Amino acid sequence: MQDAVLAMLAKEPSHGYELRARLRRSLGPFGEPMNPGQIYVTLARLEKAGLVVCERSDAEKPDRKVYAVTPAGQERVAAWLTEVGWPKPDLVEFHLKLVAAAASRLADPVELVAAQRRELLRTLREAQQSALSEPPGSPATALLEGVVLRLQADLRWLDACERGYCRRRDESEDA
Amino acid sequence: MNESTPLVRVRGLVKEHGDGESWVRAVDDVDLEVPQGQTVAVMGPSGCGKSTLLHLLGGLERPTSGEIWVAGRRTDGLSERALARLRRRSIGFVFQAFHLVDELTAAENVELPALLAGRSPRAARRRADVLLEQVELADRARHLPSELSGGQRQRVAIARALANEPQVVLADEPTGNLDSAATLDVLRIFADLRATGQTLVVVTHDERVAATADRLISMRDGMFVDDTQLAGTGTGRLGGLVGLEG
Repeated sequence: MQDAVLAMLAKEPSHGYELRARLRRSLGPFGEPMNPGQIYVTLARLEKAGLVVCERSDAEKPDRKVYAVTPAGQERVAAWLTEVGWPKPDLVEFHLKLVAAAASRLADPVELVAAQRRELLRTLREAQQSALSEPPGSPATALLEGVVLRLQADLRWLDACERGYCRRRDESEDA
Repeated sequence: MNESTPLVRVRGLVKEHGDGESWVRAVDDVDLEVPQGQTVAVMGPSGCGKSTLLHLLGGLERPTSGEIWVAGRRTDGLSERALARLRRRSIGFVFQAFHLVDELTAAENVELPALLAGRSPRAARRRADVLLEQVELADRARHLPSELSGGQRQRVAIARALANEPQVVLADEPTGNLDSAATLDVLRIFADLRATGQTLVVVTHDERVAATADRLISMRDGMFVDDTQLAGTGTGRLGGLVGLEG
């Protein structure tokens, strides 16, 4: 969140209220539950780290403090934008669950896959409905499309898991 | 037909194809009830029998055994003529390959089912105008299918399926030939139909299409292996999926 707020300030000096509105526009439905105080906490931290400075403030409206990026902040934004880190999908836990279920026979892996698929499809339904209700041209559409595509990939992985465990089950029944 | 009667009801449905080595039971003793206004997606691997099921529901194929009721009427034993009449009046079909008449304009394709059902040309034209407006293709009404994109052709096909205000729409892989943007257009139309209470059964490989339905049925080897309500069970976990706490 710190990097994103800093990068938004790189466009032009701005106050917290405006930054919050811009963030919400970019995030669409994901921006709604955001804590309004979060942006001010983030700005205070960035100021303390010397990455932004407060340009001017209005004594009557403390939330209208205008912040600007410092040269150190500029450097940090440039580094953040070009960094190629990627969030790791967490597949290990579910995989180990299936392995444990099959080995211990305490649960049917195929049933676990089916339950997980129902859950993911409900989430996909939510994402799809959010995507359909975004106004045309909303930047949040791209984010929602990312959610939809990842869920589709996860659902395909579940299909692959299911095929594998069904095959194993059939083989053990034949044996 | 009263409110509690399911719009589509199937009992002990079986469909066998071929004989000897090539014999398969494509649909294997299936029971199904679809209430009025429900949208149902049927998913499953290729060859699981989902398209055959749809063809049986729509009277495009006849079952080996079992009962099929559509809108309060038993259809499995109807004569060819009565079945054709039922398909025209009560059922709207949407196919993967669109199946538009190439020589007719978009508007003429949409008018065709109403004309075949004996409506006046004026009434058919009025209905087509409304439907093309609904699928946002009013400005393409005079175009031939060859002058339209795949997504536009499928939207014309959906409008055509709605021409006679069918009691149920049956769709077989409606987004199978479409890119992501065109798929979204079709999903938007399906969402609108759902909101207006249109009963819809859609067979699909596409998880996005399935996710717009109220209910999801999974098929394997001609049988239902899962039947899940998707509607009204939000998980509230979207935020977690984008790196924000939801």
